Amino acid sequence: MRTDTDQKDRLVEAVAEAYAERLSLQIVGSGSKVFLTEPTTSDTQARLLSLTEHRGVTEYVPEELVVTARSGTTLKELEQQLARAGQMLPFEPPRFAGAGTLGGAVASGLSGPGRPWYGALRDAVLGVEMINGRGEFLRFGGQVMKNVAGYDVSRLQAGAFGALGVLLSVSIKTLPKPAVESTCIFELKADAALEKLRAWARLPLPITATCHVDNQLSVRLSGSEASVSWGVEHIEGDSVNGEAFWSQLRNHEHGFFNKEEEGILWRLSVPPDTPLTDEPTMIEWSGALRWVYSEKVLTDWAREQGGYALPFNGDYRTQSLLWSNDKLHKRIKRAFDPAEILNPFADVVVDAN
Amino acid sequence: MAIVQPGVRNQAISDASAKYGLYYAPDPSSQIACSIGGNVAENSGGVHSLKYGLTVNNVVGLQVLTIDGNFLELGGKGLDSPGYDLLALLSGSEGMLGVVTEITVRLLPKPPEKRVLLAAFHEIGAAADVVGNIIGQGLIPAGLEMMDRLAIEAAEEYVHAGYPRDAAAILLCELDGVEAEVESNVAFVLQLLEEGGAYDIRVASDPEEQARLWLGRKAAFPAMGRISPDYYCMDGTIPRARLSEVLERIQQFSRHYGLRVANVFHAGDGNLHPLILYDANQPGELERTEEMGGKILELCVAVGGTVTGEHGVGVEKLDQMCAQFSAAELDQFHRLKEAFDPESLMNPGKAIPTLSRCSEIGGMHVHGGKLPFPHLERF
Repeated sequence: MRTDTDQKDRLVEAVAEAYAERLSLQIVGSGSKVFLTEPTTSDTQARLLSLTEHRGVTEYVPEELVVTARSGTTLKELEQQLARAGQMLPFEPPRFAGAGTLGGAVASGLSGPGRPWYGALRDAVLGVEMINGRGEFLRFGGQVMKNVAGYDVSRLQAGAFGALGVLLSVSIKTLPKPAVESTCIFELKADAALEKLRAWARLPLPITATCHVDNQLSVRLSGSEASVSWGVEHIEGDSVNGEAFWSQLRNHEHGFFNKEEEGILWRLSVPPDTPLTDEPTMIEWSGALRWVYSEKVLTDWAREQGGYALPFNGDYRTQSLLWSNDKLHKRIKRAFDPAEILNPFADVVVDAN
Repeated sequence: MAIVQPGVRNQAISDASAKYGLYYAPDPSSQIACSIGGNVAENSGGVHSLKYGLTVNNVVGLQVLTIDGNFLELGGKGLDSPGYDLLALLSGSEGMLGVVTEITVRLLPKPPEKRVLLAAFHEIGAAADVVGNIIGQGLIPAGLEMMDRLAIEAAEEYVHAGYPRDAAAILLCELDGVEAEVESNVAFVLQLLEEGGAYDIRVASDPEEQARLWLGRKAAFPAMGRISPDYYCMDGTIPRARLSEVLERIQQFSRHYGLRVANVFHAGDGNLHPLILYDANQPGELERTEEMGGKILELCVAVGGTVTGEHGVGVEKLDQMCAQFSAAELDQFHRLKEAFDPESLMNPGKAIPTLSRCSEIGGMHVHGGKLPFPHLERF
């Protein structure tokens, strides 16, 4: 295992220098999510700013339900430490073969199967230490759940793809691992599955993940033994051990993610009652997350449904980030990074609209 | 989910959704009067935020009117949104960035069962330790509140909730869920309370009894009005592990300034509401109160917390903001404000102090809990 190191001073200096020289920086962790953000323009001018050496858990008191770690810490390492205290990251970020870092997870803002019930990644972000585009070291939020001093700059970093600052460390809310987890399987077509899920949403069931793929609906129930057994009885499902399935799903290792021959894989965050299409589809979040293979560009369609589409492979990736309210986005970007040196691909993104 | 206008009262949302078996989870103590628009502006919590989250975690969409007259539609019926998370940024922004004109909130199914436990302790530190223990053992109660002796006395005088008057502190713990789950959790918490030195424990299962136990807590603020001509309510948040130490320091401040302090707080999430009792008719007493309040908030920052958990900064806590943030951080806040409102027309002068104000008051930024000149005594 590599040793924990604090690279704050080196990183602050590197950004300040780049700001002085008006030189673009491409912020990288392990590189596990480059496929999401790879620049379409050949910006060869950008200098790489690596955070992989800036690693280590700096504070963790399980009773506080908060962990603070440097952004180069791998999710694997972080989660192992939490597991030893019987806790977990509530938002279940994809681990990307164990290489994904905490900083990368926060910057990309991707939440896993439990998102509608445990909350999104951004819900768990309590504080950040960061460097803005002027090379200034800044701290926002903190290690407490309730904090309304100043604007919520910490949560603003979630999903900002590093365009507003270089994340140095993040304080994250943790949750106790549920005592019991059970998975129920139903053989159902997608429309019938969605109907069932809609009915269950109005009941206090301990559901923490759902997935429909290949005419099979899997439902994860978690909590105390009493509540899970009540839940399993109530939804009348066959209870199986689904641990491996949910882990594959979370880490995008499920077979559905490897059907490149089917076209472009789209990740659609949509209202749960969005109509189904004939294309190969996997449904999570009780209907609110759809993975769809399509030859078409689904961006407009998703917007019409009241959601948005993120292409997960192929050449469309950067178009994914056609952000709305573009002028405001640009002003926010410049408020943090006046010379627009941080993660140039994000500039492309903001300009694209 | 429900789509509401900003002037709708918090309680009215839960009332309107009750017929579907649903409710809106964040419940500030002022929920019968406070509006959801105000809740968004302050990112309000309430006694159940430990388990169910704050306003930011329960609002899924906002319509916002910006200073240039455009509407922003943030979030909506889907869960994730593209671009920067403006929905989170607007929550708790105190009306500085835009006018919230419509709010989409997430509703939850009502838990079928709940129990409220009251436990009395001879020592406030013992009560604080039990709070850490319950959470450390992996149980997140729906609510976990604490009151100290002065707060108990005042509440008893006012609403006669039946709280044990000889207690140094009481804990109120609410557990909810399906019946079997609630029962096993009650048994678990009872054991921790007994081991933790609680000498009087009550479990309320019928709604009337539960309401009575909550009554003293919910009426704690108005109750202060009966034992003191005026009171000043603070709102700092601290890491739970520092609870005993911070309460002890507050007592030291209380002796130093000659002002009584009652403590009522959301123990589960470390959000303190110390109430400083004073008499505005006594010359100098208000000034002493404000000074002491400032010291309490600076203490919260020094132990790794914040000057405001849910009440906001407004104009009152501008000076303490200087203690919590560096010049570069305050400058960043101002730049962000400018991105939305370049001429500073919305709530001018609020929420974020100017740098010159901070330098005038000799603002002291406490970094990483390290006070400058730590050997000096501070009160």
